[in-house]
Amino acid sequence: MLSRVADSLYWMSRYLERAENTVRQLDVTMGLMLDTSGTSAEKRWQRLMASLGKVTEMEWSGDLDAMARTLVFDSIDHAAVTFCINGARENARQVREEISSEQWQRLNRLFHQMHSQHAQAQFRSSINDALASVVDGIHLFKGVSDTTMIHGQGWQFIRLGRYLERSYATATLLEVYQPDLFHAQEQDHSGYQYLELVGLLRCCTSFEAYCQVYTADVSSDRILEFLLLNRDFPHAIRYCVDGIRDAIESIQRSGGRRPPEELTAVIGRLQAMLSYTTIGEILAGDTGAFLHTIREQCMRIHEFIYRYYVHYSIQSALAI
Amino acid sequence: MKAGPKEELAVEVDSLFGDYPLDQAFDEMREASGDVRAHYRALAETLARLPEEELQRRKQSADLSFLTQGITFTVYGRDEGTERIFPYDLLPRLITAQEWDRIERGLTQRITALNLFLRDVYSDAKILADRIIPRELVYSCRHYRRQMRGLQVPRNVYIAVVGSDLLRLNTGEYVVLEDNLRVPSGVSYMLTNRRVMKRTFPQLFHSYGVRPIEHYAQLLLATLRSLAPEGRPEPNIVLLTPGVFNSAYFEHTYLARQMGIDLVEGRDLVTHDNIVYMRTTDGLKRVDVIYRRVDDDFSDPLIFRADSSLGCGGLFNAYRAGNVTVTNAFGTGLADDKAVYAYVPRMIRYYLNEDPILNNVETYLLSEDKERRHVLANLDKLVVKAVGESGGYGMLIGPHSTARQREEFARQIEANPRNYIAQPTLDFSRAPCLIGNHLEPRHVDLRPYILFGEKVNIVPGGLTRVALEKGSLVVNSSQGGGSKDTWVLEQ
Repeated sequence: MLSRVADSLYWMSRYLERAENTVRQLDVTMGLMLDTSGTSAEKRWQRLMASLGKVTEMEWSGDLDAMARTLVFDSIDHAAVTFCINGARENARQVREEISSEQWQRLNRLFHQMHSQHAQAQFRSSINDALASVVDGIHLFKGVSDTTMIHGQGWQFIRLGRYLERSYATATLLEVYQPDLFHAQEQDHSGYQYLELVGLLRCCTSFEAYCQVYTADVSSDRILEFLLLNRDFPHAIRYCVDGIRDAIESIQRSGGRRPPEELTAVIGRLQAMLSYTTIGEILAGDTGAFLHTIREQCMRIHEFIYRYYVHYSIQSALAI
Repeated sequence: MKAGPKEELAVEVDSLFGDYPLDQAFDEMREASGDVRAHYRALAETLARLPEEELQRRKQSADLSFLTQGITFTVYGRDEGTERIFPYDLLPRLITAQEWDRIERGLTQRITALNLFLRDVYSDAKILADRIIPRELVYSCRHYRRQMRGLQVPRNVYIAVVGSDLLRLNTGEYVVLEDNLRVPSGVSYMLTNRRVMKRTFPQLFHSYGVRPIEHYAQLLLATLRSLAPEGRPEPNIVLLTPGVFNSAYFEHTYLARQMGIDLVEGRDLVTHDNIVYMRTTDGLKRVDVIYRRVDDDFSDPLIFRADSSLGCGGLFNAYRAGNVTVTNAFGTGLADDKAVYAYVPRMIRYYLNEDPILNNVETYLLSEDKERRHVLANLDKLVVKAVGESGGYGMLIGPHSTARQREEFARQIEANPRNYIAQPTLDFSRAPCLIGNHLEPRHVDLRPYILFGEKVNIVPGGLTRVALEKGSLVVNSSQGGGSKDTWVLEQ
């Protein structure tokens, strides 16, 4: 497949994943603000900004509704939902011939929805409904992607974008929450601690999945274990990294060119880190640094994907 | 059959025509007496029977279908680039089998002759030696490409994809207004119009017995494959687009997807040892056939415009070496120069020894003194066009012009007479359009799409372009035109 096309599919997928992440985190943060816990609204907002990767410079103004609106409808701010959906659509538009009509129509509908008067009105009447309908749109897109597209290289680049973005976002989220939650006094019976922890799980749509594994007995260590090391839950980092490896292997099999040795090495190292470390070891060591390493490795994977599949030098390609 | 309901229907058909003037222009639907033409009767009756709300509902559903399919164009000049759906009219334009037969034969003849002309001019130039066409006229053409001299093109096909514009005069005769031999566009609108219309008027469509056009993409692919360089049995065929900012980008993606070929931009291509490659995730892959939707000027910065980054450096040399087919060939714009156009009937006689089946529009060449004097004296009655332009630009429509515009054109004509031609202002045919909730006539043309590989292939129909503004004669989509589905009937 054309390198430019692979690049566009990859970014289309990353942008959509990012939009979904922003929506979910905003939704959870606003929910937590309803309870009058010790944590101020301003602090929560700052934490939200940090866990969205500090790509945005939105200072707390005191007007939550207005700020939430900006975070959803702004087309300039890089974390804003509309910005991400515009970006996804723009990438999709450049590869219209590669994606199915159903995919395009779904994405296009979502785009027009974000820019319609109706969306603004819905947002005013019920922010939760508005956010839910965005997530629905993204889910529908993922659904038609899986059912209407050939599961060839293009589809693998979509997976690659999704899992890489998700691993990075989850690692960022955990890194931001980590000082507050994981070092807090356990056995807080006021109930606020519980809300915080469930909030964290909800940011990764993982509350129900968590309960199936650990029951509703929510503790920060187990959450960390679940979101980092679970091999079966699609929002756990280990699952995502396995997905990245799968995608790269499929791309490699269908193409059969030079093996991307450095790329597979970075992925392998990250996989090993997540497969052969116990949660006890992680907590005993520097948890923050561990999470930070995951993010760094994700960035390196991104660079190598570019070096092998998108921006390789012509001279070296001719030599093969 | 009782007389009652039929008469009632006739009354309802009449009530469809609110403000529907008939004058000397040919009306596609109604005879001069006001009666509905036989082949339009079923359409008129369907419309008369349809409740007004139902018609509007179908219109809205068709609108929505265009919007979600992303069949839009971008209105520039605002912050985000507002997207609008491509304007269209809900009523089909009907063409009888007999009319179509003549169009098909006429275009086949014409395209064959034009292709022979290009081959001749870029090899022995016999037609110039025989003084059928003035040498100077050809060599002064802006689209003449010296680089093409003596170059052997596959199957001697220069123009594989053509979209000629036809008009219908007040006698009902179809004439050719121009031959678009470079990168004709609009075929995707033909195909998507049809899809939407089949859903909007399913029963009517069925009862009419309309000839299909949906296989166009398959024919185009077969045409491209037939032009592959020798020794490449499984050619890698690509469509070269200027990119997402081009107004026809939707069409490029549409065609690439329908054909199942890669859509490439200049930046995806590299040349090495006169071979064209594209950058893929599996390394470089050789390209054999390029369906080019980029103008000559922008195709290869080493040969044509050096400041263009849309094409691929080295493309022309690879083409010259026979390692890649680029179609349409370079330099085909020569044959759709509006001054060369005037000589097409003579070409047909010269190469084929036949009389033209489809006539030209009468054309004055302004480089000839006598004709220029006549034109300058009658600027208010004529249409003046720049020879190398398309899309309705560089044009003066005499009866709709101001004295100042005429002066300006007169000055430009005097300064560079070779650059202009003039034609009578044509009162070309009109077809009924749904304006609000009743019918009004609007001027229409017809652009059939012709493919030329192993032989000439024309899908029955084409794009009917409509000047949606009342009284307007400009059908170009860039200037307020829209389109209609075109139904060529089996019978």
